[in-house]
Amino acid sequence: MIAAAYSAAGVLVFVTASTLILVGAIGVIAVKNPVHAAISLIVTLFGVAVAFVAQSADFLAAVQIIVYAGAIVVLFLFVIMFLGVDRRDDVRVEALVGQRPLALAGVLITIAGLITLMARSHWVTGATSVSTTGAPLATGQGNVRQLGTAVFTTDLFAFEATAVLLIIAVVGAVLLARRERRVDDTFDDERNVEVSS
Amino acid sequence: MNVPAAWYLVVGALLFGVGAYGLLTRRSALIMFMCIELMLNAVNLTFVTFSRTLSDVAGQASVFFVMVVAAAEVTVGLGIVVAVFRRRASTSIDEMSELHG
Repeated sequence: MIAAAYSAAGVLVFVTASTLILVGAIGVIAVKNPVHAAISLIVTLFGVAVAFVAQSADFLAAVQIIVYAGAIVVLFLFVIMFLGVDRRDDVRVEALVGQRPLALAGVLITIAGLITLMARSHWVTGATSVSTTGAPLATGQGNVRQLGTAVFTTDLFAFEATAVLLIIAVVGAVLLARRERRVDDTFDDERNVEVSS
Repeated sequence: MNVPAAWYLVVGALLFGVGAYGLLTRRSALIMFMCIELMLNAVNLTFVTFSRTLSDVAGQASVFFVMVVAAAEVTVGLGIVVAVFRRRASTSIDEMSELHG
């Protein structure tokens, strides 16, 4: 079980993907400007998409780019622009006493627990050899076919539930973002209130 | 592509930890949402890795549903952020303290 036993291309893809993922993630939590954080988030999402492709999840990699980098991050950027770019979060001021050491300790315990759990269980080693029932994961069009079959047969109820969830989310977002007129709402300027009424 | 699955699982655990640390320490609601996205992506990466390890497409189907839920969550969450910003002119969660005891 040494690194040289694995193919050089696989190791290279893994190193690239994990570098993108971790650098982007640290960028999200370290930078002050929210726009830069959103750009770092794109780097992380792209790294995760590379890891998806490397593990024969081609369709999910495409969806990752389209939905996350194409829709969710754009939504983030839209809200940042809408609220004002220059509002920066001062990362140096600690609001609560001991918040960061406690957060760091909790996170380290969580990571150590996860890695210990993975190392001591038999999920990682030997599971491939005993899993001979289902067809092996395909790539490309075969991956889309397998995933579509799973989503539209065994997970059909969950799929329909996500349709309902998306409708509810759209209605809720419209309701939240709608500008309603109030007497005590001093933040609204008069022009927009007149336009919307 | 025969990199052992444990490597990707460790990356997923580290990504989850970075996201959790950002969620616990940052105070801008927008950055906190981005950190939630990081944690969701860590779980997605773990799902896909186990899907490959076990040769079972159910993990990828789970990732599909996680993505849908994440999209809905971001939509509603950013709507809440915009609504709160209109009232308070701030996205810092420390200023939303009307309900503290």
